[in-house]
Amino acid sequence: MPAFPFNDTVLLATVLFSVGLTGVLVRRNMVFMLMSLDIMLNAAALVFVGAGARWHDAVGQVMFLLILALAAVETAVGLAIILRLHAQGRPTLDADTGNLLQG
Amino acid sequence: MGEILLPLLILSPLAASLVVFVSAGRLSACAVGTLACTGVGMSAVISVILSVMLLSGPATGTLQVMLWPWIHIAGFSADIAFMLDRISVVMILVVTIVGLLIHIYAVSYMHDDPGIARFFGSMTLFIASMLVLVLASDLLCLFIGWEGVGLCSYLLIGFWYDTPANTAAARKAFYMTRMGDAALLCGLLLLATAAGSLHIGTVLAAVANGQVALSAVNMAALFILIGALAKSAQIPFQTWLPDAMAGPTPTSALIHAATMVTAGVYLIARLHDLFVMAVPVMALMAVLGALTLLMGACTALVQSDLKRILAWSTISQLGYMFLALGCGAWQAALFHLMTHAFFKALLFLTAGAVIVRTHHEQDIFRLGGLRHAMPGLAAAFITGASALAGVPLVTAGFYSKEMILSGVWAAHFRLTHEWTLSGHVLWGIGLLGAFLSALYIFRCVFIVFFGKSGTTATGRTSRLMTIPLSCLCVLSLCGGIIEMPMTFPPLHLFSALLDPTLPPSHADEPGWLVLVGAIVPLAGLGVAWVLWGRPSPIMREIPGQAAVIRFARTGGGMDVVYDHLFVQPFRFLTWLTRHDILDHAITGTGRLTQAVSTSVLRSRTGFLDILTLGGRRGIRSADHLLGQIHNGRVRWYAAWIVGGLCAGLAMAVLA
Repeated sequence: MPAFPFNDTVLLATVLFSVGLTGVLVRRNMVFMLMSLDIMLNAAALVFVGAGARWHDAVGQVMFLLILALAAVETAVGLAIILRLHAQGRPTLDADTGNLLQG
Repeated sequence: MGEILLPLLILSPLAASLVVFVSAGRLSACAVGTLACTGVGMSAVISVILSVMLLSGPATGTLQVMLWPWIHIAGFSADIAFMLDRISVVMILVVTIVGLLIHIYAVSYMHDDPGIARFFGSMTLFIASMLVLVLASDLLCLFIGWEGVGLCSYLLIGFWYDTPANTAAARKAFYMTRMGDAALLCGLLLLATAAGSLHIGTVLAAVANGQVALSAVNMAALFILIGALAKSAQIPFQTWLPDAMAGPTPTSALIHAATMVTAGVYLIARLHDLFVMAVPVMALMAVLGALTLLMGACTALVQSDLKRILAWSTISQLGYMFLALGCGAWQAALFHLMTHAFFKALLFLTAGAVIVRTHHEQDIFRLGGLRHAMPGLAAAFITGASALAGVPLVTAGFYSKEMILSGVWAAHFRLTHEWTLSGHVLWGIGLLGAFLSALYIFRCVFIVFFGKSGTTATGRTSRLMTIPLSCLCVLSLCGGIIEMPMTFPPLHLFSALLDPTLPPSHADEPGWLVLVGAIVPLAGLGVAWVLWGRPSPIMREIPGQAAVIRFARTGGGMDVVYDHLFVQPFRFLTWLTRHDILDHAITGTGRLTQAVSTSVLRSRTGFLDILTLGGRRGIRSADHLLGQIHNGRVRWYAAWIVGGLCAGLAMAVLA
């Protein structure tokens, strides 16, 4: 019997995912959007871990490590984009201002 | 009772730190200071209560609290668990009481700094992490505290982050200690695989039973030693500590003199059963400590920056502790740790007060004759300097240094059957170091407080600063009387306190050892008086041109060595990866493909023109519609993705 029922894990993951999704859709600050994306990734990871515990399979935790690495890479790339935008002379974090392609 | 108080001891500075961090910018400087002092003060009170409770119990009694299990898998387990025994009692008293005094001082020192909330948040977080480090009964839990103090040290060295030199110093300290932390983690993993747990008692029992192979014990001890050396800024990691003086002075006093840098000493004393089994590592530790204490003292002798002199002297004094640890004189190392915390905090805080009152002048040759302008601070600094030098009988430093020297004298290392290393050589080095300590610190005293006056001092030292200074003065003078040398009246409270936990290390020492140990600091003081102190001193300034002086002033050129050994090869590697051959080949292929595709495109243009002309009208109307969707706003795209996902899910579920 796992200490934390699988249904609760899925419920928690859904709530986390919704929080992250709302964050991505509602926030305009790119840093907050990145953070929300990380929350969504962690929600997915939580399901993996929960499923791994439910079916006694270590693969769930392996997937969690992969997602962890993915999230780190995603954050690094996102932050790099923000820094590049800043270096190009766009000192704002508002995602909606970057909608025009300029070669 | 103890089960509640022990977590509360850590929780109260942690809570204060969280509140201060969260309320940054909303509370006044005074409120922030009061809050931080309350948090640390509460834990000081609790630590006194706990130590009284523990000492009134049986001699080998400990207080164990397990908060919650952390990791439990087959073959390994780790808990968040704390333990209070007689070694950690000494440490929590030092950390909380010296920490409280420094916090009180910092309220006045930092009161007009805009980042005061960040400062106090980091300082109290440091106290909490240090208490976790000290109290943890599980090595993995200890590692949390170990990393936490490293983080706080980084945050506080780079506190004034708008100067690039400060952030560079912070990064340097972070990288250097991180190397040691990696080694420490390797050691912990070795122990974990060998013993199946990182609980300190289990690990030490497994080592004592012979359950762990001797080679594994040696390797683990070596790795842990490397971690401790990096944390305590010993050879070869010593270069980060002088640069760490870029932080505010209370930080230098608390983290880089009194507590954090002694974490390595504490860790080794805590794991002494492991190190006793690893004789070569002990010998290495003693030799490195002896070298460091000599090198630090020599470098301190030629510095001209007041705070850097104290930093190098810290390195040198930590060298004494490692020498004592290497020789198995555990009590002496912890005793010196305690007295050093008192007098070095006193020296740093006094130096900070002097620097503030002379408009941030740190060059000792531009200061001078300050004993008339600030007699109180001069008295405090001379008190600290006497304790550091170990002026006999009246200062705490004398008793602890004496205990170390007698422990070193009795030590001998049986490395192989034929080859043994006697402690007498190390004792000689320690004695030379004691002479140099007295010489460099009284050089500083005579140049700064005597002689002709340099910069003018203004203002007054506030009451909040003088009270901690006077408390530390009393501790630096009287803190050593609790442990007398063997030949003196039988007053051995400190070793009586620690003997149940640590193996007793009393050896009969000849009486002349104490006499020599008492004369040597006085000789250093006398030589300093002749060279720098008399009305017409022999040397005002050391000639800066001599190559040996310049070499010593930079700390033996270790930075240059590191630059050539690690930084330049790394730069070369990154250069290689930036200009690699593969990249050129790929670029060439890309160019070729581009040329080919351009020619193909040209030949097809005629045909495609006809085809597209017809389709263009129809596409344009659809294109316009799609163009509305593609407005370039990433949040709209995300919303479209979510909408599509919902629609797809709905179809899949309903179908």
